[in-house]
Amino acid sequence: MAADRSAEIAERVREAAARGTPLIPQGGGTKAFLGEAVAGEPLPLAGHEGIVGYEPTELVITARAGTPLAEVEAALAAQGQMLGFEPPRLGAASTLGGVVAAGLSGPRRPWAGALRDFVLGVRLVNGRGEVLRFGGQVMKNVAGYDLSRLMAGAQGTLGVLLEVSLRVVPRPVREQTRVLALDAAGALERLAGLARRPLPLAGACHVAGRLHLRLAGAAAGVEAAAAEVGGEVMGEAEAAAFWDGVRDLAHPFFRDGEGALWRIALPPAAPPLPLAGEWLLDWGGGQRFLRSAEPAGRIREVAAAAGGHATRLSGPAAGVTVFHPLPEPILRLHRRLKAALDPHGILNPGRLYPGL
Amino acid sequence: MDGGADRTARRRARAVAETLARRLGGGCVLTDPEALRPYECDGLSAYRALPAAVVLPRSREEVREVVRACAEAGVPLVPRGAGTSLSGGAVPHPEGIVLSLARMNRVLEVDVRNRVARVEPGVRNLAVTEAAAPYGLYYAPDPSSQVTCTIGGNVAENAGGVHCLKYGLTVHNVVGVEMVTVEGEFVRLGGVAPDAPGYDLLALLIGSEGMLGVVTEATVRLLPRPVCARVLLAAFDDIPTAGEAVSRIIAAGIIPGGLEMMDGPAIRAAEDFVHAGYPVDAAAILLCELDGTPEEVEEDIGRVRAILEDCGAREVRLARDERERALFWSGRKNAFPAVGRISPDYYCMDGTIPRRALARVLEGIARLSEAYGLAVVNVFHAGDGNLHPLILYDANRPGELERTEELGLRILELCVEAGGTITGEHGVGLEKLPAMCVQFTREEIAQFHAVKEAFDPGRILNPDKAIPTLARCAELGGMHVRGGRLPFPDLERF
Repeated sequence: MAADRSAEIAERVREAAARGTPLIPQGGGTKAFLGEAVAGEPLPLAGHEGIVGYEPTELVITARAGTPLAEVEAALAAQGQMLGFEPPRLGAASTLGGVVAAGLSGPRRPWAGALRDFVLGVRLVNGRGEVLRFGGQVMKNVAGYDLSRLMAGAQGTLGVLLEVSLRVVPRPVREQTRVLALDAAGALERLAGLARRPLPLAGACHVAGRLHLRLAGAAAGVEAAAAEVGGEVMGEAEAAAFWDGVRDLAHPFFRDGEGALWRIALPPAAPPLPLAGEWLLDWGGGQRFLRSAEPAGRIREVAAAAGGHATRLSGPAAGVTVFHPLPEPILRLHRRLKAALDPHGILNPGRLYPGL
Repeated sequence: MDGGADRTARRRARAVAETLARRLGGGCVLTDPEALRPYECDGLSAYRALPAAVVLPRSREEVREVVRACAEAGVPLVPRGAGTSLSGGAVPHPEGIVLSLARMNRVLEVDVRNRVARVEPGVRNLAVTEAAAPYGLYYAPDPSSQVTCTIGGNVAENAGGVHCLKYGLTVHNVVGVEMVTVEGEFVRLGGVAPDAPGYDLLALLIGSEGMLGVVTEATVRLLPRPVCARVLLAAFDDIPTAGEAVSRIIAAGIIPGGLEMMDGPAIRAAEDFVHAGYPVDAAAILLCELDGTPEEVEEDIGRVRAILEDCGAREVRLARDERERALFWSGRKNAFPAVGRISPDYYCMDGTIPRRALARVLEGIARLSEAYGLAVVNVFHAGDGNLHPLILYDANRPGELERTEELGLRILELCVEAGGTITGEHGVGLEKLPAMCVQFTREEIAQFHAVKEAFDPGRILNPDKAIPTLARCAELGGMHVRGGRLPFPDLERF
């Protein structure tokens, strides 16, 4: 049932703060693998749901954190709109709050922007149990520090999200996917060349010797661009299934195979990395998934040397953190920021890094 | 402000300046009152203060040295770019040092393959685009001051511009920065690789008005220059109809590169000034620019034109060529100086509202304008709801400035009541501290202070800007609608 549980959630946080009990905010629980294990009491957000504001002409939707992502996407689709960052749908139970807290974006990200680029405002409970509102429902807003975008990817360690306002975008009139047979190095080379052209790109993914380019926009623009990039046309249904598979980490690459699954973020034009394993290159080279038996330390070293960082998607393992270690001065800023929002250290402590 | 400065504190700042002059060379430190004069205010000249000194470092290491010296001595440090802030964000602290980043103006690298540029903070906004132009790339955020304003300043203010609706603000176009913390350490936030691990400190830094760290380098995203851009001009007999047209364009799934509106008085002032051929008897005009490939633009022009005509625009013109396109824009781009010609002074407001509230808020502004006896001219970014009401006044008439400020605050209250904000792009600075108390609760403001404390426990970085003290809000609370002690208690509130 759609209901506003804000007061009750805030009360729960106040109590926990008084007792010093850690709380684990929980949406649909579909992203439990994406972080360190936390000891604490679950704080379910189920039932705290409902779209509270959606005016298609404003390009903004506001919904409670426990609202199922599927419900948000259906409401947008009914008006010919969508979430431009294409959040991965890691399960039917996935909630809007979980999507924002996890900070993940899908294949459209390099061209449309990341999740945090679409966050306009939030209402949250900080670690003192205070209900606060930052940002708003308008595109341009520079009043106060931008604490709303800070919540993207913070995994509930800085506040319990109650309500989120996101910018939305029109669905493109036309989409077409072209496929080019290229090896990884050839694909990266081709992509670097295309990067300077004003093409309506909305996806560039290389897997199993094939580069998939998704074009999206006005019909005439897509036609013209398709002629320019060449390759074979992929059937519409097949293309939709392919991009959904990449977006939702459901492509066979993610399901089958040996070794741990890693996500390596890199400058897009970085050459193929000298790491053994199976690769899937997304975001035009900016996000690369690796299935590999190589030691975590070496994976992180190679990624860092190439200007990037690596996240372990197979969950924590003995002696291996999920997230790439932070340099000491940055970690110090993180700890002090955490203390500023959650002075008692009760919100999902340790989920990202020790002490956060 | 200058006369009231604490002498001991000012002497302390002078001592730091002398130390820095020895270490960095005398040419890097200004202390002579005449040399300090150009730094006493920014683009909002109503607020002024002479700093104890101005330091102009030439390198990141020198910036760090300045930050360390000030932090050790507890001397306020105000970073400054070109000083084009319109909210007093770069006004010096009378007991502090201004850190000018103007000499750090090198484009360090244009990385074409990754479509980014690395620049020093003192590089001018337009210079980034100039450096990228040979590769067919450009930097999208284009504040009106882009010829002069610097990237460091853009980061501090989260600057926008005409292209924001489609291409975003600074926060969407800066992918990384290197900054010096108040402890004097270099840290890199964000980067060319997407989604840096940990908290999104970069998002927090952008728009923080120089209060959390000093930027020594920025990495900005470059976009391929659109092959084609064309602009439509539509004239309307009333403002609500023009507002309706804006909503319908966006509802149709079209995101214009620019979508700007001017009301009748703005049209006439601009026409008198630049002779753009605007229809001077219209109640409002819309300028709608579409960009992309020629095929996309062609398609969108047809759709937008149909919407405008269907909405009841009494005239729709398509700029025939680049010359006419520039002419259509010239009126909008010169609207502020044009208004300057018809009034001795004007005060520019900067609120954002949801587009659907446009007609209602403009009506409210008209009523307030009448009640205060001060004319208001409206020029704004219709696509993203960012209003710039210009209040016309005469500073030589006793009490008129005070009434203007009062009216300004009322207008911002209207914006907040409509679900909007007190500043869309100019920042809070010194100017909008009172308005912050309208938009945020005590707890929210306390949270901002706690965040500031996390980065700058000694409160030396651009202190007393952007976030009001709680005491100040309590004091100002009496001035607000809720308090009932208004100078104009008979005014209608909406």
